[in-house]
Amino acid sequence: MKAPPFRYHAPASLSEAVSLLSNLENARVLAGGQSLMPMLNLRVAAPDHLVDLGRVSGLTGIVDEGQSIIIGAMTTQRAVERSALVARRCPLLAEAVAHVGHQQTRNRGTIGGSICHLDPGAELPVVAAALDAELRIAGPTGARRMKFRDFPEGYLTSQLAPDEILTHVAFPAIGARTGSAFLEFNRRPADFAIVSVAVQITLGASDIVTHAAIAFGGIQGAPVRFAKAEEALPGRPWSAAVGETLRRLVPELACDGDDLYPADYKRDLCGSLLVRAMTKAAARAGGRDV
Amino acid sequence: MFDPRRVTLVVNGNPVDRMVDSRVHLADFLRRDLKLTGTHLGCEHGVCGACTILVDGASVRACLMLAVQADGRRIDTIESVAGDDGILHPIQEALSRRHGLQCGYCTPGVVMTLLELDRDRDGRSLSEPEIRAALSGNLCRCTGYQGIVDAALDLFGPKNIETSTQPTHGSST
Amino acid sequence: MGEASSRIGTSARRIEDAALLRGAGRFLDDIVLPDLLEATFLRSPVAHGLIRRLDVSAARALQGVHAVFTYADLRPLMTSDRMPLALPAAGLRFAVDPFVLAVDEVCYVGEPVALVVAQTRRIAEDAAALITLDLEPLPAVVDPVDALAADAPKVRRECPDNLVARTRIDYGDADAAFAQAPHVIGQQFRLSKGGGHSMEPRGVLARFDEAEDLLTVWDSTQMPHRAKAILVDALGLSERQIRVLTPDVGGGFGPKAVFHPEELAIPAAALLLRRPVKWVEDRFESFTATCGERDQVWTMQVAFTQDAKLLGIRGTLRHDHGASTPYGIALPYNAATNLIGPYVLPAYRIEIDLCMTNKTPSAPTRGAGRPQGTFVMERLLDCMARKLGLPRDEVRRRNLIAPSQMPYPIPVRQRDGSTMEYDTGDYPECQARALKAAGWTDFSARQAQALSEGRYIGLGLANYVEATGRGPFESVAIRIGPSGEIVASTGATAQGQGVKTMVAQIVADAFDVAPQAVHVVTGDTSATHAGLGAYASRQAVTAGNAAHRAARLIVEKAATAAAELLEVSRDDIEIVGGACRVKGVPEQARSLGEIARALAGTPGFALPANLPPGLSVATDYMTAGLTYTNGTHLAEVEVDPETGGVTILRYVVVHDCGRMINPMMVEGQVIGGVVHGIGATLFEWMRYDAEGQPLSVTYADYLLPTADVVPRIEIHHMESPTPLNPLGVKGAAESGTIGAPSALVSAVEDALRPFGVTITDLPVTPPALRRLMRAAAARSAA
Repeated sequence: MKAPPFRYHAPASLSEAVSLLSNLENARVLAGGQSLMPMLNLRVAAPDHLVDLGRVSGLTGIVDEGQSIIIGAMTTQRAVERSALVARRCPLLAEAVAHVGHQQTRNRGTIGGSICHLDPGAELPVVAAALDAELRIAGPTGARRMKFRDFPEGYLTSQLAPDEILTHVAFPAIGARTGSAFLEFNRRPADFAIVSVAVQITLGASDIVTHAAIAFGGIQGAPVRFAKAEEALPGRPWSAAVGETLRRLVPELACDGDDLYPADYKRDLCGSLLVRAMTKAAARAGGRDV
Repeated sequence: MFDPRRVTLVVNGNPVDRMVDSRVHLADFLRRDLKLTGTHLGCEHGVCGACTILVDGASVRACLMLAVQADGRRIDTIESVAGDDGILHPIQEALSRRHGLQCGYCTPGVVMTLLELDRDRDGRSLSEPEIRAALSGNLCRCTGYQGIVDAALDLFGPKNIETSTQPTHGSST
Repeated sequence: MGEASSRIGTSARRIEDAALLRGAGRFLDDIVLPDLLEATFLRSPVAHGLIRRLDVSAARALQGVHAVFTYADLRPLMTSDRMPLALPAAGLRFAVDPFVLAVDEVCYVGEPVALVVAQTRRIAEDAAALITLDLEPLPAVVDPVDALAADAPKVRRECPDNLVARTRIDYGDADAAFAQAPHVIGQQFRLSKGGGHSMEPRGVLARFDEAEDLLTVWDSTQMPHRAKAILVDALGLSERQIRVLTPDVGGGFGPKAVFHPEELAIPAAALLLRRPVKWVEDRFESFTATCGERDQVWTMQVAFTQDAKLLGIRGTLRHDHGASTPYGIALPYNAATNLIGPYVLPAYRIEIDLCMTNKTPSAPTRGAGRPQGTFVMERLLDCMARKLGLPRDEVRRRNLIAPSQMPYPIPVRQRDGSTMEYDTGDYPECQARALKAAGWTDFSARQAQALSEGRYIGLGLANYVEATGRGPFESVAIRIGPSGEIVASTGATAQGQGVKTMVAQIVADAFDVAPQAVHVVTGDTSATHAGLGAYASRQAVTAGNAAHRAARLIVEKAATAAAELLEVSRDDIEIVGGACRVKGVPEQARSLGEIARALAGTPGFALPANLPPGLSVATDYMTAGLTYTNGTHLAEVEVDPETGGVTILRYVVVHDCGRMINPMMVEGQVIGGVVHGIGATLFEWMRYDAEGQPLSVTYADYLLPTADVVPRIEIHHMESPTPLNPLGVKGAAESGTIGAPSALVSAVEDALRPFGVTITDLPVTPPALRRLMRAAAARSAA
């Protein structure tokens, strides 16, 4: 199938892009196109205008700002995958991005595009949720910042207004004695996750967990933080027994299922992936990479 | 509605300057406008990899990029891979030697993926799992991938490792 | 033949490769003709409904649209209301040939309703979106078992019910066998098999040339001669007015053997518009409009002795046939006969019901029902092993047909009226070699060791046979003109199997030239007087032997003519390097071109040796019967019991397809076939909801195996030549698919032995395994 007709716009600046979005009816932002182009080709999306951010300056690049790693929204997933800075300062993102699609799509697909599209099976929103990344947004009235936790509105929809553009994502840099892990289960390695989990924990004296962040993807319309488990962890060291305690909390997770992957199956995956990811992250936090 | 745009790009080393309807994807532009029919369409939703080409040297699904987005870019397609004298590229040669193609429909995409892999490996030798992962974005229904993997192992694998799949002959009668 | 005969049996490089590797293949969508128009179809969005209103006026009015055709527009060109497809079948209760476009009822999602022809495909799709199609929904029939209930809604209004065919296989006395059997096991199996999924979708391009009075149809079909015959029938034209050509075809795997409505609609549009019209299927269409395989529900019992000898098998097979009968009833029949496999089965009775459903019509994909039949037998054998506490290999060994029993008749009547008979093969040796190659005897120790480390590994095995080389014939013509080029034309067709190389190797052998020196023409109805094409793993057998015979005949003619021209006796002529020369006097020679020139005739002069004119020969090879390929597959897997994920660790095949013309290409067929079987077992699933809406219509939802999830396939060959054809060859193209589901499932079950699960359904998904493990745990807790 071929895309329906639209008018194409390629603004060179952010203000031009925002102004186009403010003035055009039924316009959509084209980032890397790896989700939107299939929707166009399948005629499930039919915008009247496409605003391509590909030529807008200032939207690419990876910068270390100390507390955070700032990544331009139009930075390709492949650039993030190959970034030594990201690998060192935000290993959770580095681990997750390698799971995003195939190299041919990572070469075009962008960080911002994936986060804004919010596919439940996508990896990057789960990382953004686990780290509560800060989103920097441009709009007709100027720039604003939003924590990722406030960003999703529902299935495939965010709080972005139609005339707003995500410009940068700030991922908190990993701290001392902190380890992270990203795991997903799917039928083939490059597929969207059926369930994914991103975890990051910090250890204190005697390897006591002082902080834990856990986010699941694939179980609801948007990534889910597992607050119950995050609260249960601090105050004791990680152990297999603690893992079983976490697993017992999983039935409390609200989980969407379908005929192929029912909710109870997804909960099985959550428990299994959570324990495995935490084991990895704890080892990494303790300086033993696995 | 027709939304014509001018695009100027370099395809297989040749400058191209055309008008194109903005909704035409790059694969259709190459196939229809430029008559470069070696880039194939297998799914047109970005999964099968038959339309894989190189854009500024990076592998890309040509069905997931608008032709207008290729303005100012350098495109390489399967037609550029063999020498002008008709001599096959070592990747093409290895695919034939290892029976890495049958119907040949996915083959151009496979070749482009392997070209990028060869460049990215930067002289490092690759294991079979690494090669299989790199090929996972190219669907092939004929070969079961083995001939493709063996061709890549011949070229990129650890040297002096026997990867032969020559038949073991026996006779029952 | 002389030394050159070594070419048959060598892994010659393929003559197809050079163009394909350069992107210089010529697939259907690569063909562009002057004034070409492009088409798309408006298709039914529902599984069942009545057309209340079909208004195409807005679509017709769109700029760039040349025509919008409905059934009423095309019907005047047709000789009958429906497409004349029906293959004869004894059990068919009523034929349901499809319509070229829906008349007033739509019966599956994807059924073509209107045809839009425009300047470009884009505009055609824009126009299709402007068509008003008002449908009154009718109840959809989705489940093939429910559909046979007395009060089930009907799939099509005009049919008396949904039972489109009923047939049976019955030999021995199954009831008597069960009455005296010490052991009986019953089991139900629900088996889903996916589509062909050639990477190139289907496509048709048609051009009517008024000056030539010729309708030329380029069709990505496996059977161009059949397509032509149907077009002649349907359009009421004569044979000389239609030529069907297949360009390079990007994979077939069965569905392209079926004649689909688009293959008639597009030529009809070209006739009406007097302009070339092209339609290339998009992937959504190939999920919904292209035939594929679907569900079978088997309810089976096996009777056996205390020492694990089969006494009999009986049961029923309900086959989901979709909304029409485009390809007879071959599919479930193949499944049921292939169940017997390489085993001595004294009594067998199966009742086969073909049930219509509101889904895309069902037709063979690689394996064509045989993987399912094999699966049922192999699963029953595993059940027997478990019940008797015997090793799985031992249960099989006790039932395998011995080589001393060959040829082995089975009292089942086949399509051509003959009785089934296995020709050659050493099944016990095949299994023994496979067990050895895969390390069967050491495996239980390895398994126990793995389990102590918390890893669940399993090894599975399966034996199977495949009837190959289905007749009745295939054609090959060889022509050599004064240019000296050897041109071999065949009714066989090529979709990637290497048919051109196979034919070239055989012909080159006879002329002592390289295969590249032979130009092979496939898929052109004007190049041979008749032909059949690609189905049932047949072309090495049929076209291979036709090429072999044609080459021998033409070499003899060339040698006879050369003897006359060189004034020596025929016995003094040898063929070396494509020239006929006098033995011992190599400078005394005539090239093929020179001989062809002499045989072309000169006005008033006699032909050399009074031979018939022309250095050419046309021949048909008629099969003497089906020849049976066999094999044993062993799969080693690891199962993650927490996720249900399955990883294939190792895969071993011992394969016997008789004499191999090109071992490299045989392996390519077997490996590709195994991976298709891996897909059908662990990944692919064409799913529908309760309303008959397909749920898996992209490659993100329908999972084809990728390079990173399939293992290296190790192949070991046996060669038991068949006496049924001069080359001694058997088919190989589907064999790999047949054994894979059985071997894999046996392995998964073996890995999960500590949990005690029994797997009866395909495909095997991770959630399904988790469900089975939970159920088993609940059973043992109770």
